[in-house]
Amino acid sequence: MSETVTLDVVRRVAELALLELKDDEVARMQKDLNAILGHIDQLNELDTAGVPPMAQVSEILGGQVEASAEALREDVVRPSIDRTAVLREAPEADHRFFKVPKVIER
Amino acid sequence: MNFETLSIDQARAALTSGETTATALAEAHYARIAQEDGKINSYLSLAKDRALAQASKIDALAKAGDPLPPLAGIPLGIKDVLTMVGSPATAGSKILEGYHPPYDCTAVAKLEAAGAVLLGKLNCDEFAMGSSNENSAYGPVHNPRALDRVPGGSSGGSAAAVAAGFCVASLGTDTGGSIRQPAAFCGVTGLLPTWGRVSRFGLIAFASSLDRIGPFTKNVKDAATLLGVMAGSDIMDATASHTPVNDYVAESQKPVAGLKIGVPEEYFGEGLDPEIRTAVEKSIADLKAAGCEIKKISLPHTRYAIPTYYVIATAEASSNLSRFDGVRFGLRDKSAPTLTGMYRQTRDAGFGAEVKRRILLGTYALSAGYYDAYYKKAQQVRTLLTRDFLSAFADVDAIVTPMTPTPAFKLGEKTDDPVAMYLADVYTVAASLAGICGVSVPCGNTKDGLPIGVQILGKHFDEGMALRVAQAVENAQK
Repeated sequence: MSETVTLDVVRRVAELALLELKDDEVARMQKDLNAILGHIDQLNELDTAGVPPMAQVSEILGGQVEASAEALREDVVRPSIDRTAVLREAPEADHRFFKVPKVIER
Repeated sequence: MNFETLSIDQARAALTSGETTATALAEAHYARIAQEDGKINSYLSLAKDRALAQASKIDALAKAGDPLPPLAGIPLGIKDVLTMVGSPATAGSKILEGYHPPYDCTAVAKLEAAGAVLLGKLNCDEFAMGSSNENSAYGPVHNPRALDRVPGGSSGGSAAAVAAGFCVASLGTDTGGSIRQPAAFCGVTGLLPTWGRVSRFGLIAFASSLDRIGPFTKNVKDAATLLGVMAGSDIMDATASHTPVNDYVAESQKPVAGLKIGVPEEYFGEGLDPEIRTAVEKSIADLKAAGCEIKKISLPHTRYAIPTYYVIATAEASSNLSRFDGVRFGLRDKSAPTLTGMYRQTRDAGFGAEVKRRILLGTYALSAGYYDAYYKKAQQVRTLLTRDFLSAFADVDAIVTPMTPTPAFKLGEKTDDPVAMYLADVYTVAASLAGICGVSVPCGNTKDGLPIGVQILGKHFDEGMALRVAQAVENAQK
């Protein structure tokens, strides 16, 4: 059922994913995506009308075992990682903030 | 001391008898790594300061005659997708080059608190995406049992380091088979805990609804020991389950007579290497001889597991990997004058081809117009795959299958064909999607001497049962 992914679609998806692809990469990805999507098309052999989608494991377990995500921790203040230790890892920072190239043009 | 077979029990006995010290044991492993890891490439970085400080702390305890914690002095290797203060965390990617995380992964911290000595960080496929360890930006890992072959992936370094005796045990992660498949390829034991059994805090995320941390060990009992230390809830991970932690070692040593073992026909079809089939059938016969009842079962949606997995895992990856943008950690391409340009050029320079391929696939599957056709459809099939297991486990205690369709393949053999590479995961991904637990345990060798693994699957939070059956398989090898 899947339409063939065109070079333009690959470029558009790369833009959405904030990936910059060179022309030879675009062609290679087009070939690979079509091969993989062709394989994925097998899923259409299955009638899934009325089947609930499963986003994570504890959903389907229901009452069988404790649904893990339901256990919330107490809302108390705890120390977090020191700011200087975090900013030390940034490619560019001043003492308080991460620095990025200028976003707003005057 | 035979380092290739040195287990936790043996190392502990040698430490308590005074035959060796924690410091000497760590140094002996470092010496082996220095001498032999050049041809395997399993370690990406060594954590000598932290390891030797811990070792001397353990030695001081022993000298004072104080009680030793359960993993006192046991040298471990850690897959480089788990954070450890003082060590780089690369996730096998250039985009995290130079990053030193300021916090410890919970599972790693728990092992160290139990006395373990953390030797260093182990090579893996970039962001744990791969089945051969050939996607690491820091070079492939070679299989210690056959250097021209892959160790499996993505936790290839973790499996190889245990097989080569570069640590007593290691940690890996498994999203679609990344512990179980390399364990089989390298001839060691690998444990996939139930999703939510071990906290994921400090695991660099690939696909959050699938990612799990688990051990590689020399035997089944060691895997039970390490799980017992790591399992449990964590205030830093709301999805880490509060389900009680069992005594996995005690459970793993119980006899298996009277247990019902399911053998799913779908795992023995076309594509299964005949030598692997014979070895796995021999293990099933061994279980029968040990008093198990063998039942043929069906998991009818098995053939849809790979396409389902490659939609869900890539969709989640495309979201998780958006955090790598050159702002907070690792690499930044400083040549771009604009913010968006900086993001794009950094990601272009930092990510390898397989990671880009999966981000693109996942972004495509989630994009407007395709969401229902791909992502929602895959989530629905995930329900069907999980129901297959839930109804099978109503009748059987554990399920036995081959671990891999073929033994370890040659380096370079599948690198040009992503679909062929994905099909190597045929026996692993269904259990990943269903969230159940499993053990990969060695069950023989091919005539060329390549290891063969068998997979024992257990129901959710029933690791004790999976380990118990795995122990019986291991016992039959002796």
